[in-house]
Amino acid sequence: MTAIYFLTLACLVVAGYFIAAKRAQSLRAGPGGALHSLPTYHGLLAAVALIVPMILVFAIGTPLVKQLATSSVFNFFPPEIANDPLQRGVVLRDVSNLLDGRHQGDPSAALRDAAASYAGIFTTGRLAVLGIGTALGLLALFLVLSRISSTFRARNYFERFVIAVLILCALVAILTTIGIVFSVVWETYRFFFDPSLKGRPSVSEFLFGTEWNPQAALRADQGDIKTAFGFIPLLTGTLLITFIAILVAGPLGLFSAIYLSEYATPRFRAWAKPVLEILAGVPTVVLGFFAALTVAPYIRGWGESFGLDVASESALAAGLVMGMMIIPFISSLSDDVINAVPQSLRDGAYALGATKSETIKKVILPAALPGIVSAFMLAISRAIGETMIVVMAAGLAANLTFNPLEAVTTITVQIKTILVGDQEFDSAKTLAAFALGFVLFFVTLVLNIIAQQIVRRYREQYD
Amino acid sequence: MTDLTAGTATPPIRRRVDITSPEAQAAIRRRYRAEARFKAYGLLAILTAAVFLTVLLVDVGTKAFPAFTTHSLQLDVAIPNDLVAPEQKNDPVAIRTADYLPVMRDTLRTAIPGVQGRGPERTLIRLISTGAADDIRERIVANPALIGTTIKAPLLLSDDADLYFKGAGTPIVVRPSRGVATPSDTSGSITITAPGNDFSENLVSVKLVMAERANALLADAERTSRSTAPNAAERAAELRKEATELAARANDRTAAETLDSRLPSLLVGINGGLVKISQLAADRIEGDVLLPLSSTNESQAGNWRILTYTTPESSRKITDLEVALLERFKANAQVERSFNWRFFTSGDSREPELAGIRGAIVGTALTLIVTLILCLPIGVAAAIYLEEFAPKNRFTDLIEVNINNLAAVPSIVFGLLGLAMFLNFFGLPRSAPLVGGLVLALLVLPTIIIASRAALKAVPPSIKEAALGVGASHQQAVFHHVLPLAMPGIMTGTIIGMAHALGETAPLLMIGMVAFIVDVPGGITDAATVLPVQIYLWSDLPELAFQAKTAGAIVVLLVFLFVMNGTAIWLRKRFERRW
Repeated sequence: MTAIYFLTLACLVVAGYFIAAKRAQSLRAGPGGALHSLPTYHGLLAAVALIVPMILVFAIGTPLVKQLATSSVFNFFPPEIANDPLQRGVVLRDVSNLLDGRHQGDPSAALRDAAASYAGIFTTGRLAVLGIGTALGLLALFLVLSRISSTFRARNYFERFVIAVLILCALVAILTTIGIVFSVVWETYRFFFDPSLKGRPSVSEFLFGTEWNPQAALRADQGDIKTAFGFIPLLTGTLLITFIAILVAGPLGLFSAIYLSEYATPRFRAWAKPVLEILAGVPTVVLGFFAALTVAPYIRGWGESFGLDVASESALAAGLVMGMMIIPFISSLSDDVINAVPQSLRDGAYALGATKSETIKKVILPAALPGIVSAFMLAISRAIGETMIVVMAAGLAANLTFNPLEAVTTITVQIKTILVGDQEFDSAKTLAAFALGFVLFFVTLVLNIIAQQIVRRYREQYD
Repeated sequence: MTDLTAGTATPPIRRRVDITSPEAQAAIRRRYRAEARFKAYGLLAILTAAVFLTVLLVDVGTKAFPAFTTHSLQLDVAIPNDLVAPEQKNDPVAIRTADYLPVMRDTLRTAIPGVQGRGPERTLIRLISTGAADDIRERIVANPALIGTTIKAPLLLSDDADLYFKGAGTPIVVRPSRGVATPSDTSGSITITAPGNDFSENLVSVKLVMAERANALLADAERTSRSTAPNAAERAAELRKEATELAARANDRTAAETLDSRLPSLLVGINGGLVKISQLAADRIEGDVLLPLSSTNESQAGNWRILTYTTPESSRKITDLEVALLERFKANAQVERSFNWRFFTSGDSREPELAGIRGAIVGTALTLIVTLILCLPIGVAAAIYLEEFAPKNRFTDLIEVNINNLAAVPSIVFGLLGLAMFLNFFGLPRSAPLVGGLVLALLVLPTIIIASRAALKAVPPSIKEAALGVGASHQQAVFHHVLPLAMPGIMTGTIIGMAHALGETAPLLMIGMVAFIVDVPGGITDAATVLPVQIYLWSDLPELAFQAKTAGAIVVLLVFLFVMNGTAIWLRKRFERRW
């Protein structure tokens, strides 16, 4: 049916385009003389006039028909089935199986009637959608055709339509943000304030609790469920791994940026830049595999040779590899800001007899400091939000520790652990993941906004 | 005198630095050393990154190598006439549902005669994969005339057997004999006597291992006695006692020894069979027959051998019997190594030797197609609007700030969006490439918008102005002149964005693309998985063979990424224009 609808649409559009263009073309030779718009624009406008109502009818009509057909099914069943979401699902699956001829055994009379009613409404409804869509499209087409004249401003109308489409596309970015905010904020609100939710924590318990154990909340009869959603161990775990990552990536990234922008010969740059770009392009799941299967056992063995007790999922392994992931990030951002420092500052320092490293340390780095700080903030935000490396190489146990040799867990690991697998949207456990997502979104957003502000102010200073 | 002092009262203070003085020279040298050091730090930082990348790629590459080959047994498979009832000989359903296990068992029994008893037989049948019977089945379904004939077919080995031939087994040391030996029986538990003291060297090395073990136990006891744990003293005493006993046995050079699975396995190959030693003395052994002997005749010096499987049985995945069987197959030249096509042509499986990445690749392709169809037009349209048509006002600023922020939102948050919006609110199917594509499209949209804007900005304004000058409308100027010139840049940005989407895992986990899916997806609403998620799933599995599969899938993913990024670089080089 969908195929027939769009085939009709395509045929009508092609026909409408050529009819309108032809008509405009014929006017050109006629008594009116020159057209306001090229015939092409008349054709395009006719096509648009067809497409818009037909797509709208389809987008509204198809779900509507499905809804109608579905609700008709439950007229044949007692209300307790219709009100139970689980049984509803079973009935609907039975109906669709019956219609596809895959139903096992002998269907009940109610089921057969329901299926017949479903099929009837579905077919009629879709035919109606096709009819209404075609009718509206043709109506719009004739409206356009009737207005075609040498003074008809077809191009202006069409261009107005194009601008509307462009604006809509640009709005997708805003819609995405709204969607993110809406989905995390709503579920977070339910997590904290929905009275029907069992085992929900208060905001202060969440923010200052030192025990994280979402699983306990499912078994309300066991243990102290109130303390299960303490956020502190996740925060310390995330910060510990981020700290290790920045400790690795900060100096390495900054020094590579300095070397590349101040010392490297063009030939060396041509060789080193792609290396960093490839490193930046390695998928995080690959880095996670490397961290879990190569780096972690190596660190463990190394620790054992010193008599240290290293967890097999140590924070150190995850942090080290994450640091390696961030090197290109810090390096390329710092490279940009170092290159943006005016040459006159360098020349001034050289004229005073400073060596290159003295110039860098005493002149360039202080001048580029705001940019470098913002690069570090973006890197931190990146490390906090990184998922796969920690999922594969860091642990699940929420230990409250700052020892890099122990296993810690992070916000992203917990979100992933909670949401992969079975989920019911009325358990505190599932909603806790959205609360964590909200924290993650909020923290990274703040870091990014501050970093962007710093960069903007800094740019104005030298422009 | 006084005049003179008054005349030179306050000379201007001027510090003169004599740069030739030793101190100044030292200071300059110090500064130059600092300079060299600083430069070296920079170089070191870049080299560290390069070394890390190299180690990463080499490590994954070496781990991936075994995934691309596979071993199978080239055996003569006799398809019995009674596989299906005579009247059903051309009925594909009957052929498909027939029991192929007896066929496999008979084939293996014929290949290695003399393996008896339920245990050894089961070991034998477990050497080949469950997929081997399916291969035979497919061949017979395709050609029912094969029933009643004997075909030469490769039987896929199981993952552990396959890994054995890829070096995860044990080194085998073979030592020829010096004297004669006589076995007491041809099967079961037997004794072999070798009056020439052929086994004395083995006994010595076993005693050495025991002495080492005794020392280790003593050290352990020492450590335990120092610990503060309760009953540490008792435990230490126990350990010491054990150590003393072991040491006494080790010192008695001639006493017979019982071998356990923590010691290297010792075997005797005699009269065409193989005996695993359980009791070892210098001139006689007791042991169990793994492969039956042909006779109890006395074997002359040089005709029989002592084999050592150096890796103890407890520290490898396969037993001595399995090693013996596989070695026998190898000796019969029935083991064949081939390129693992199955890895590219089949879907996921619980059996490592049957698992492939075709399902994941198709899922990835479907997902990326959805992503591309959505984000290329929307991204380019948004970029055109913001770069060419947007008025300078708060609303435009808002959009721009939004895009910049979205570019830095963690990818897992997009997964939450997909879960809450697309799955729960709009009720789209779980695990489907459609939803995956939608989420990834939103994820890479900022990248594509930013890249497209840069490409549009790089087109000189003179081109647009010329078009406007000859009477084009603003839109005509943009769509007919600016956009085509910006296209290479937009394409480069798009490919880089798609490469980013290809490597993305976390948001897809959120929308349920982690399900175990065997079938290759047929459409964008079928349940599917993608390559990075497949990598993640496999990396979690305990079987050693899946580690190679994971690395193999990573290599495929990296190859795709390099091809995409390479294309982007080529496009940039080929079409880049400087005005």
